[in-house]
Amino acid sequence: MHDQLFWFFSIAMLLSGLLVILSRNPVNSAMFLVLAMFFMAGLFVVLEAYFLAIIQVLVYAGAVMVLFLFVIMFLDLKSEQRRRFRILSFGGGIVVAAAFLVKVHDVVEDMPLVAAKGVVGTTEAVGRLLFTHYLLPFEVTSVLLLVAMIGVVLLSKRDLK
Amino acid sequence: MDPILIHLIKIVGVVGVLLFICAYIVLAERRICAFIQDRLGPNRVGIPIWIRKDGRAIQIGACWALGQPIIDALKAILKEDFVPGHVNKFYFWLGPMLVMAPALMVWAAIPFGSTLCGVPMIVADINVGILFVFAIASLGVYGIVLGGWASNSKYPFLGGVRSSAQLISYELCLGLSVIPLFMQVGSLRLTEVVRWQTEHLWLICYPWNWLPAIIYVASSFAETNRAPFDLPEAEQELAGGYNTEYSSMKFAMFFLAEYANMITASALLAVLFLGGWHLPFVPVSGGIAVGIAHICIFLAKVCALALVFIWVRWTVPRVRYDQLMGLGWKVFLPLALVSILIAGLAIVAGWSPS
Repeated sequence: MHDQLFWFFSIAMLLSGLLVILSRNPVNSAMFLVLAMFFMAGLFVVLEAYFLAIIQVLVYAGAVMVLFLFVIMFLDLKSEQRRRFRILSFGGGIVVAAAFLVKVHDVVEDMPLVAAKGVVGTTEAVGRLLFTHYLLPFEVTSVLLLVAMIGVVLLSKRDLK
Repeated sequence: MDPILIHLIKIVGVVGVLLFICAYIVLAERRICAFIQDRLGPNRVGIPIWIRKDGRAIQIGACWALGQPIIDALKAILKEDFVPGHVNKFYFWLGPMLVMAPALMVWAAIPFGSTLCGVPMIVADINVGILFVFAIASLGVYGIVLGGWASNSKYPFLGGVRSSAQLISYELCLGLSVIPLFMQVGSLRLTEVVRWQTEHLWLICYPWNWLPAIIYVASSFAETNRAPFDLPEAEQELAGGYNTEYSSMKFAMFFLAEYANMITASALLAVLFLGGWHLPFVPVSGGIAVGIAHICIFLAKVCALALVFIWVRWTVPRVRYDQLMGLGWKVFLPLALVSILIAGLAIVAGWSPS
């Protein structure tokens, strides 16, 4: 049962991911991205990481993508124009994708199995790890986000008083 | 009994009762707003009461207006379902569905009673209960935004855009305002929150929970698009807002979803702050009678809070859009963060029982 669900969710996720870049209408793209995030949440549920699954839906589908949609609607984008096929950009894309794949492979190789550590109650486990082992990266990330936020506010202000 | 059968019965029961309350809360809203504005409101369509006399049925009266929801539903179904030519058909159809489905789905994780014959009165007792409710509830905005956009006309579009900005802003306040509660309870499971309140006092009884309660109530007014924060459907400014181009049953879906969300917000308020199904002097566990009593207590709390929602809507005037955003980001957000700090201090100082 777990295997079938895993295959269903991963194939569906990849398919909707593909449709994100293949659809011409930006709103369709955004909605396929939402769908892809849902299937990813499904994958997390199959892995029994309920907390991550819910956060995936809450943060990405519920907030980030709504903002994306908001911006897309404001820009009033027409359907994307069909562009000439360029061998250079295609080749560049392949190189970047390959480099990314190799990097992901390296990371996955190095990663310890979470299940082997006997993690139960994912909310508690995530919280404990964030505030003990990963405290410094966690804090640095939040400062980074704050800096980005202040930067955006600064840039969007026309005249500084 | 077969566990799947029990789950099915619970799901059908929850959705049925929810839709039933939705239908009658609309009637309550119309009657109460009429009362507040010194009008009569709908009072024509009663359910007739017949008695049998001398072999003939004689009507002796009618329950006032209780037939109104049935007639309203019939009207919505029988009206012409008109789809304007300029809309994006797919998203125009998807909009009402995406609004209605999350409004019903959130009830999967809300405990509506203790136990009945040993069966817990909750559809799915998951350990991230409150996050599930917020995550699913946050998806309702897609229906509104897509419905407004797909209508391909100015006022619905403005309504959809307003709505997305408003819902995202207040989701944040809503989420932050309940964190103090879970710090005290120590679990995200909603049944655990209710159990904690049966063992100690209701969470509203502790003074450091008053600020979160106020923020929660105000944010849930905004989240359910109700006055004083009903800007996405401000009739005077937007000719109805995101649902302007909709007719018949599609419009009714938007309309019902709003009331379903309102009832969900009341139910969460009851569960989080007011003890859920718990009432002092009613035994916490017992036989079938106690189980049914708990469900009734919960429903009574939900209905009472829903009436407060209605009362507020017809009492308070609508705010301006910049006031709405300012209130969310500059007042509620910092206050919610402060209330987390206060709750943390209360826990460290040992004032909060655990």
